[in-house]
Amino acid sequence: MAGVAVSTTINGDHVEYLCQPDETLLDVLRDRLGLTGAKEGCGTGDCGACSVIVDNRLVCSCLVLGAEAEGRQIETIEGMAHGDQLHPLQQKFLEHAALQCGICTPGFLIAAKDLLAKNPSPTEEEIRFGLAGNLCRCTGYDKIVRAVQDAANVMKGA
Amino acid sequence: MNFDPRYSGRNFSSVGTRPIRPDGVDKVTGRARYGADFNMAGQLVGRILRSPHAHAIIKKIDTSKAEKLAGVKAVITAADLPDLTDGDAAMYDILDNCMARTKALYDGHAVAAVAAIDARTARQALKLIEVDYEVLPHVTDVDEAMKHTAPLINDAIFTEGLEEKPVKPSNVSKRTQYGHGDVHQGFAQADTIVQRSFKTEQTHQGYIEPHACVASVNPDGTADLWVCTQGHFVYRQHCAQLLGLEASKLRVTSSEIGGGFGGKTHVWAEPVALALSRKAGRPVKLVMTRDEVFRASGPTSATSIDVKIGARKDGTITAAEATLRYSCGPYAGMWAEIGAMTAFACYKLENVKTVGYEVLVNRPKTAAYRAPSAPMAAFAVESAVDELAKEIGIDPVDFRIKNAAQEGTRASYGPVYGPIGIGPTLEAVKNHPHMKAPLKANQGRGMACGFWFNFGGQTCTDLNIGMDGTVSLAVGTVDVGGSRASLSLVAAEELGIDYSHVKAIVADTSSLGYNDMTDGSRGTFSSSMATISAARNAIKILRERAAQMWDISVDDVAWEKGHAVAKGETHGNLGKLSLKEIAAQSGKTGGPIAGHSELVADGAGVSFATHICDIEVDPETGSTRVIRYTVVQDAGKAVHPTYVEGQYQGGAAQGIGWALNEEYIYGKDGRLQNPGFLDYRIPVCSDLPMIDTQILEIPNPNHPYGVRGVGETSIVPPLAAIANAVSNAVGVRMSHIPMSPPRILAALEAERERFSR
Ligand code: FES
Ligand code: FES
Repeated sequence: MAGVAVSTTINGDHVEYLCQPDETLLDVLRDRLGLTGAKEGCGTGDCGACSVIVDNRLVCSCLVLGAEAEGRQIETIEGMAHGDQLHPLQQKFLEHAALQCGICTPGFLIAAKDLLAKNPSPTEEEIRFGLAGNLCRCTGYDKIVRAVQDAANVMKGA
Repeated sequence: MNFDPRYSGRNFSSVGTRPIRPDGVDKVTGRARYGADFNMAGQLVGRILRSPHAHAIIKKIDTSKAEKLAGVKAVITAADLPDLTDGDAAMYDILDNCMARTKALYDGHAVAAVAAIDARTARQALKLIEVDYEVLPHVTDVDEAMKHTAPLINDAIFTEGLEEKPVKPSNVSKRTQYGHGDVHQGFAQADTIVQRSFKTEQTHQGYIEPHACVASVNPDGTADLWVCTQGHFVYRQHCAQLLGLEASKLRVTSSEIGGGFGGKTHVWAEPVALALSRKAGRPVKLVMTRDEVFRASGPTSATSIDVKIGARKDGTITAAEATLRYSCGPYAGMWAEIGAMTAFACYKLENVKTVGYEVLVNRPKTAAYRAPSAPMAAFAVESAVDELAKEIGIDPVDFRIKNAAQEGTRASYGPVYGPIGIGPTLEAVKNHPHMKAPLKANQGRGMACGFWFNFGGQTCTDLNIGMDGTVSLAVGTVDVGGSRASLSLVAAEELGIDYSHVKAIVADTSSLGYNDMTDGSRGTFSSSMATISAARNAIKILRERAAQMWDISVDDVAWEKGHAVAKGETHGNLGKLSLKEIAAQSGKTGGPIAGHSELVADGAGVSFATHICDIEVDPETGSTRVIRYTVVQDAGKAVHPTYVEGQYQGGAAQGIGWALNEEYIYGKDGRLQNPGFLDYRIPVCSDLPMIDTQILEIPNPNHPYGVRGVGETSIVPPLAAIANAVSNAVGVRMSHIPMSPPRILAALEAERERFSR
């Protein structure tokens, strides 16, 4: 099968790659571009570990084709911190121990960033429903919700 | 070495604080490398072909077409994994489970594998492998499998543990019995007896990271394995034995692990990846899909349990009895035995008897799942205890307090308890505001207790002091939930330095001596013991070096708060030497300073918890909602309290999923019908409330800081606590887990019919 040439923007950088027409964006990020921060927990859109933002929309990158990235703006976990300055969500996840194994963490951080961009002062319930597409098996979500609440407060103050 | 592990009270300065974990930044930036995040030069993609049948003879496998496909570099079957197990039955089962030899024993059982240049070619190659099966009758239900009419899964299995050796093979691999006293007499003394049967369905640990590894076997017999595992040393042993490699030539590196909960204590794909690499002569990466994880890794047992408990009017239990049948998958197991040991461990009983039956079924081989076997037994026992308290008319908490085990109680599984936390957790629950909060219509409150043994085991740790005075700690227990932070705290505590000057890593199998798995809640317990021992050995050297620098006797040098201090009247002018100052001179005083420790961490203190929960049930739909949840558990000493809370919350959440929703659903054809997160639904954020925790600290006398394991006990009470809450909400005793809406509706319906008759 002939490859598809794609030209896109990832974390602000212009990127070009060739991919198979049936290859997912997740596989392209992980296997072709070395961006292994997005994880594959299911490959079927059920766990959110592969979450990325495409043109300001939160998506499961396992459900997007690599070819569909053409001309888009993609944000992944690798672009969340600015240099050595962690994003407030990253900092709060650390402070609250909102991760145990951490495999779900990149997906949660991306989803939470998207949530706060759309709703800077979410209630607990809004956070819980906003993050319901991301599975975490370790934490019981308690500390994740608290970290997002705390980060929202910090970001509003900033 | 003469290390004294006994508890000695002390004022902690590092232990008990809540710093950020050393591996944290890597994990929030996406840099941490998990099983599937690692690659090697020239690496191939491995894929496994799996049986679609629950039970079938493999008559022939034709791999010739697959081998001819361009880009395929190796195809293997069981023939490429010859039997080197030398009569070791448990190892043979592991081998057979990795790659079926004569029969496929469950839907998903591996039968062949390929390595190809990319995933697409590998998938295509699997389709070209032709397997000729002779399909056999199968059995997936634990009670059905025990019937003498059930299809026989392994005709070499004769039930062990019976008084008379059986003449016919059976699906029951073993009968075990625990207890003491005379239950017949005990029941004769009872005023009230409750007797009930319970069922629980099979669940999966549900770790978010599928099994993944990269294997590389070289022509000279050396090999490397990168893998997500709870125990890389055990994986090395198993893989080396199955592949005929020398253990010291196989280096296993544990990646960051994306959850295990017991499910990553067993090899499945790793020996296959190594065999593929050996045949192809190139590294092979093998990552399971989610479908494969559900169908072909190791879920927990499905169970069927009968319980009978009797008590006097005053609330004293006079006798307790249980029969426990646990599914093991198609191989012999020891799961019912653990259930039989834990079932009544919370109580002080004069007459107690438990019998366990290990039952073979055509489902994947059962593996450990967090406090394995205990939650189901606790569900049955704690449900019956609640019912008994109600019938006698005593508050369920008071009833449990009256019968709770204490220091000196002989446990139902044999040993005599030291200081334990069951009584204190019950008292804490009795006084907890949660117990007094009002309930609304259709809401019910339940509580239940849970027990777990905790393990210690073989442990080895290296502590190296750099010339700048910072410390690197190499441990061999995989960090599944923050143990590198706790162990750094312990090293800082013992040496008397700041946490920020310690960095803990998990060393690979070639860099450190053997360590048992991170299972049995042993990670922090055992490695902290080895870390304390290693630090004390390093302190001995630090004192010697200080003595040398001062030119005095080492007997006159003490170690206080990170400094060597000269003792005795004549040395009053010598002041102190910091660890940093001593380390800086180490090149001139005898070379690098390090402390090592190898030990068997005995005496992992048993652990108890009591949970409270409020559930709301919609009587129209049978749907449930957890309104409030509280965990009270004894930690011995919480080294990093935030991560201890995390263990409590995580275990409770898994228990909630198990109690209300999660189950393996098999069709009549013996195929798993819900091998994905859409249909096997684990709790999501919007399903749960905050989970309150209360940490009790009843020091473990067998650990210098009093630490007990904390990881597992939290999953033991939820099934029962939630079943008690639902039963209280709907007024019908729930006896089948999970309490999914259809089951709740059916129970309500049955109750209505009973009354209208
Ligand atoms: S991997 Fe994409 S949602 Fe699970
Ligand atoms: S921290 Fe392990 S899955 Fe979320």
